[in-house]
Amino acid sequence: MRIAAPAALLPDKASETPAAVATVTTLPGHTLEVVSDSGEGAQRCAQIFGTVSAKMGNGIWTVEIIPAEIQPPPRHPTSASGNRVRIGTGAVTNWGDAADLIVAFNEQALLQRFRLGALADDAIILIEDMWATHADPQIRNAWDDAMEELGGRSFRFINVPMEEQCLTIVDNARLGKNMFALGLLTCIYGRDLDLVRDAIAQGFLKKAKSALQTNLDLFELGHRWAEQHIDFRIAVPAVKPDRAMVAMNGNQAIALGSIAAGMELCAMYPITPATSASHYLSDVFEKFGGIVHQAEDEIAAIGVALGSSFAGKVAFTITSGPGLALKTEFIALAIMTETPLVLVDVQRGGPSTGLPTKVEQSDLLAALYGQPGDAPHVVMAPATMEECFLCMTTARRIAEALRTVVIVLSDANLASGVQRFPRPEPSEHWLAQPLDLAPVRDGLRPYDWDPQRGVSPRIVPGQPGGMFTATGLSHDEASHVGYTPDVHERGCQMRSRKLALFQQMLEPPAVNGDPTGDLLVVGWGSTLGAIEEAVERARQEGLSVSSLHLRFLSPLEPGLKEIFQRFGKVMTIEINYSDDPTDPFFTSENRRRGQLCWLLRAHTLVDVDCWTRVPGEPLRPGQILQAIRESMPQGGSR
Amino acid sequence: MSDLCCSLLSSTPDSEEREWTISDYEAALARWCPGCGDHAILAAVQRMLEAEQLPPEQTVFVSGIGCASRFPHYVRAYGFHGIHGRALPIATGVKLRRPDLNVFVVMGDGDCCSIGAAHWIHSIRYNLDMVALMLDNGVYGLTKNQTSPTSPRGLPSNTQPRGAILPPLNPISATLGVANASFVAQTADWLPAHVFATLREAFRHHGFAFVRVLQRCPKYTENIFSTLVHDPGLVELMVHPDGVVVPELDRMFKNKVQHDPADLDAARRLAVSDGNVRLGVFYRNETHPVYEETRAVPARSAGEKLALLNTELDRYAV
Ligand SMILES: Cc1ncc(C[n+]2csc(CCOP(=O)(O)OP(=O)(O)O)c2C)c(N)n1
Repeated sequence: MRIAAPAALLPDKASETPAAVATVTTLPGHTLEVVSDSGEGAQRCAQIFGTVSAKMGNGIWTVEIIPAEIQPPPRHPTSASGNRVRIGTGAVTNWGDAADLIVAFNEQALLQRFRLGALADDAIILIEDMWATHADPQIRNAWDDAMEELGGRSFRFINVPMEEQCLTIVDNARLGKNMFALGLLTCIYGRDLDLVRDAIAQGFLKKAKSALQTNLDLFELGHRWAEQHIDFRIAVPAVKPDRAMVAMNGNQAIALGSIAAGMELCAMYPITPATSASHYLSDVFEKFGGIVHQAEDEIAAIGVALGSSFAGKVAFTITSGPGLALKTEFIALAIMTETPLVLVDVQRGGPSTGLPTKVEQSDLLAALYGQPGDAPHVVMAPATMEECFLCMTTARRIAEALRTVVIVLSDANLASGVQRFPRPEPSEHWLAQPLDLAPVRDGLRPYDWDPQRGVSPRIVPGQPGGMFTATGLSHDEASHVGYTPDVHERGCQMRSRKLALFQQMLEPPAVNGDPTGDLLVVGWGSTLGAIEEAVERARQEGLSVSSLHLRFLSPLEPGLKEIFQRFGKVMTIEINYSDDPTDPFFTSENRRRGQLCWLLRAHTLVDVDCWTRVPGEPLRPGQILQAIRESMPQGGSR
Repeated sequence: MSDLCCSLLSSTPDSEEREWTISDYEAALARWCPGCGDHAILAAVQRMLEAEQLPPEQTVFVSGIGCASRFPHYVRAYGFHGIHGRALPIATGVKLRRPDLNVFVVMGDGDCCSIGAAHWIHSIRYNLDMVALMLDNGVYGLTKNQTSPTSPRGLPSNTQPRGAILPPLNPISATLGVANASFVAQTADWLPAHVFATLREAFRHHGFAFVRVLQRCPKYTENIFSTLVHDPGLVELMVHPDGVVVPELDRMFKNKVQHDPADLDAARRLAVSDGNVRLGVFYRNETHPVYEETRAVPARSAGEKLALLNTELDRYAV
């Protein structure tokens, strides 16, 4: 990249054409995407756009569009890389249905999004048009084929000579188009120029000044081009929130949440989509007296966390499905020895290596029941980025109070999506208590269970008089190995009672919408926003629908059966696999149902139905709305 | 936090003033078979704890699963009897966040060299300051006589009744081959004085001390060590002022080799048995960085943490 002349000295090519008179459309929300080949920086462009929008007071939700490979072949549909950003006047809780506007650096990336149904019927498409006249006939043909496939619809195409424009500033336009595109979007959506410039500068703190200037110039160039050539503007009014807000993704929230919880050790082994949390922690944790330990594998990672917790410093381990599978034996050991431990599973598509970068909610039953033997423990699922932050303190506290394992189920949608939420106000009470190494009172045993509640005081190494050997073998109050029926049954009872105790401390979940009605949809995890938006739209259509979202999956929150009985029908909405009940191949006997559905049926004996999909992307509210329409007990098309 | 923890530690009257005797380290009666080498090793460990005057509450024994791994139950100290092959990660977690504790790991040969092999190799690299004992009876004892990675070739077992198919792996060579190898020694259960002296050196060593203890299993592998037990001529003692010094063995063992434990090449040569079994310290090097020290970070008070966290959150302010 050559050093660019200051922007003011550049010939202002755009000003040669007459300035367009732009019409402004004001809308409560808009959804846009930026897609490129990976390595062209569409993600950065969209991230800056999202952050600036949040800073201006818009609600935002972003979703990453990621190819599985680091360097996939260029100009191939599977290589599309970028982001969706949904902005709104109020809070935005999900990624919406389809993009109203898309900036595509090549027609193959655009085609991919089109094929996935990501574009609204009347989407505005800003596309790099250099490919139409490319010297390589294969590329020209590919462009023509794509245009034919995309033709015959109400899309509005705007050809943008990104390459040509960027080459006036840099030698390699591949590395500059993203800033040019940011300029386009900033103009179209009337974003605050200074906020954008600041955000660009943030990315160059550790780099050469000249590089920053080049990027700023490219940005201004794009902005000017749009001013001159684009005849519409989109205004999504922002309301300045009445309190401080932050915007971050769920993995950053989990990382910061673990700090707020006072944890000092994250033991992990790299796995998508969990790893970015530990990248971020690796950067900042040591300032807080904590460390990230990259272990030799997932088994070792949880073992190290367990050892630390046993020694009095509650630690956590973070992983995804394949890693959860490997950690199974240690989870059971922690439960058996009643060693507090927090395990975060950022779910991706499975089984096996599955869809490494894509969202799914298929680990629920593995998290609940994956451990051979009876292994009661807590499973919880944050539904928003804010909850990702808060749940870490909750999880640590539960783990310590109950001396058990808490599994936190996040997912790829929460992990990499950015949402705006009220700035947490951490307090000293959230932090783990300092290690107390006071001598153990005479006669106190390591498992002196409260016979009613199953809880027992925790003794940690270093406490005089407390010496005991924790063991995964069946054991009595003194941790002495015992295989007799009474010892084993008593141990099982005590470990189980803790969950009942905890369940009694939970509130029944709130019903979103009327407390009674025709249909209740039940969800968990990252689908909260999409479900509630769909329910809202269904209610506007006059349908009698409410929803309920579970945060605790083990133990289940109280009162479910009673709530379910107030509705004509109960149906879960989940991102995991279930057999299609409209396929005559399946009967109600052989149909495999969604994982939460399975759980709720067993738990409540209510005939809960499910609507589940595994598209490798977040559910869309419109999709859920359609499912609701079709599932209404009376008058539905089912 | 650490201030509080330190003041609590130093105010522990027991650890400062009390003199610990062998009986302070005795817990449940060991339930190994009569004649099992583990009994002698346990006794030597307890003697060593006494000799070093380690406060039981400041001492943690971590084990996996197997006959050998029952060890922590028989020592009065803190213990963690874990899962098969995974003692080292647990011990790593303990030592990493509680460097004030004395950590001992006890594994069987299946535990360490088979199911736990990844952790064994990587623990050598991490080089935490702890002692790892591998009680090597050349067989899977607890599960009743299956071939182990250290079973001599040809040794029949229930899974390889026509004799162990593969040659055994050499745990000493393997350990010496790993980056950061810090302390590597070998001893034998039937020489308690040697076990004691070796353990003491291992404990005093600053870094990860790997000790393979040749251990007789009277039930399944009596024969593999019986010639050694009865013919000290087959054993070669490695002697050096920096190694294990056991004067009472001097007369018994005619076979001695001067070996400076600083010499890694010589250690690797000696580790490869040419008929003789060598006991003593193969290698000792305290210059490798110790993981819990490399990773040590200053503790923060609650107030400091909150202030820093607020600064961090501000980076996400919109
Ligand atoms: C995951 C797992 N696999 C297998 C076992 C069964 N098992 C228990 S001990 C053991 C081997 C014991 O041999 P070794 O480690 O050499 O110790 P020893 O009993 O000889 O002291 C095995 C295979 C287990 N407990 N857990």
